[in-house]
Amino acid sequence: MRGQEAREQAGRKALMATLAHAEADEIARLWNEAGLPSEAELLRGPETGLVTVRGRIGGGGAPFNVGEATVTRATVRLPSGQVGHSYALGRDKGKARLAAIADALWQDPAHRETVETKLAAPLRAALNAARETRRVETAATKVDFFTMVRGED
Amino acid sequence: MYVAVKGGEAAIANAHRLLADRRRGDRSVPALRLNQIVEQLALGVDRVMSEGSLYDRELAALAVVQARGDMIEAIFLVRAYRTTLPRFGYTNPVDTGAMQVERRISATYKDLPGGQVLGPTFDYTHRLLDPELAAGAEVEAPAQRPVEAEAMPRVSAILAHEGLIEADGEMPLDHVPGDITREPLQFPMARDIRLQALSRGDEGFLLALGYSTQRGYARNHPFVGEVRIGEVELELDVPELPFPVPLGSIRVTECQMVNQFKGSAKAPPQFTRGYGLVFGQSERKAMAMALCDRALRAGELGEDVVAAAQDEEFVISHSDNVQATGFVEHLKLPHYVDFQAELGLVRRMRAEYEARQNEDKAAEEKREAAE
Repeated sequence: MRGQEAREQAGRKALMATLAHAEADEIARLWNEAGLPSEAELLRGPETGLVTVRGRIGGGGAPFNVGEATVTRATVRLPSGQVGHSYALGRDKGKARLAAIADALWQDPAHRETVETKLAAPLRAALNAARETRRVETAATKVDFFTMVRGED
Repeated sequence: MYVAVKGGEAAIANAHRLLADRRRGDRSVPALRLNQIVEQLALGVDRVMSEGSLYDRELAALAVVQARGDMIEAIFLVRAYRTTLPRFGYTNPVDTGAMQVERRISATYKDLPGGQVLGPTFDYTHRLLDPELAAGAEVEAPAQRPVEAEAMPRVSAILAHEGLIEADGEMPLDHVPGDITREPLQFPMARDIRLQALSRGDEGFLLALGYSTQRGYARNHPFVGEVRIGEVELELDVPELPFPVPLGSIRVTECQMVNQFKGSAKAPPQFTRGYGLVFGQSERKAMAMALCDRALRAGELGEDVVAAAQDEEFVISHSDNVQATGFVEHLKLPHYVDFQAELGLVRRMRAEYEARQNEDKAAEEKREAAE
């Protein structure tokens, strides 16, 4: 794969990951603030289904099926022709629709910048902040071992 | 001739109406909202997700309310819901080494990369009921320690270098993971299928079996190599995209059990392993699963199968609490015709028995009279 194409795919995947983690209300709020268009033709869904989650024996061995999770997906086409997809855990159909439109808009050079700066960046910042809080709260419960010398030498 | 007996519709409808009333309880007490259950009964929600085999917090919370807190009923509801949804596919295997760790402990190594991180644990609490909680006291915010992020490799990866511990469980490269939701159980089964069954198995049943191995029924000298809890990312391969699509993250608990093993004709002395991986935060379940996984590998490791926990068909056939409750609870459904037939049979056998007794008695009396 050429470098340009790989970067393109990495950027698109990063946006999808951010949207998958985000709350529907937050996406909608930023969407309105950014004034992004929400007109699109629904090609598929939004529909809820299951994915089977896989793990690996021993953590790194052969795959096995752990259980299922709900996932909602949508596919849309913009009036300008771009087709966007979304997949995310949960059952939020409104979120699936908006996330698919975001994916389509991101592919449109006229909208990518807005999607990145007005939608993805604040969502990513909030997600990273939440993760950082969780991390430092967890770190406070790390055990610092020390040894005590008893008696006289 | 077959005579259908009808009736009970009104009684059933009114019973369900009564159930709804009793479920709601005293109307002067505010009704529970799902987010209260998700947030404040989180481990109960996790158990329903794990044994219901469906990761969806809100649905599990709804099931808990609808079942009035009856966990197995809630798990049943979730299992039934699953069957109404189409399947989009199998995710790529989760990478627990890349977990956003919220708890990580090892009982085998004090100093290990990433350290011992206690997280939100019941361990070291005094198990004293807290009246302040009952009074609804405010809770202080967690302490924070801003430190550099540190990698936390799985303990199994750290131990691997000496060759004294088994590798992660491998399967032939062309092995397709079995799926008990698609194919009926068949014995003997491969380890991957066993693990799927154990991961959705009843916590109490697996706990008791795990405990039995510690008490000497298939003793296998376990150590907790590691327990870790945290979020892992999910990705799914889909035809419409040239990369695996990210779905978000789920919380799981993983247990690496390490077991001393004296060696057998099939394997040299070493540490063998049992593995547990379950939805949500449940280290008791993950540990019990790992103990059972190890015990069930008896045949593979050339050990004698002498105890219940090593008997694959026994353990796996009885680990599913939805199946178990279905079969036990069906006994209360009308068996009127069955019972009438049995009653007729027992009456006839009793009459025959009494006739025989009388004949024997008469014969005895006749013999005594003759003597």
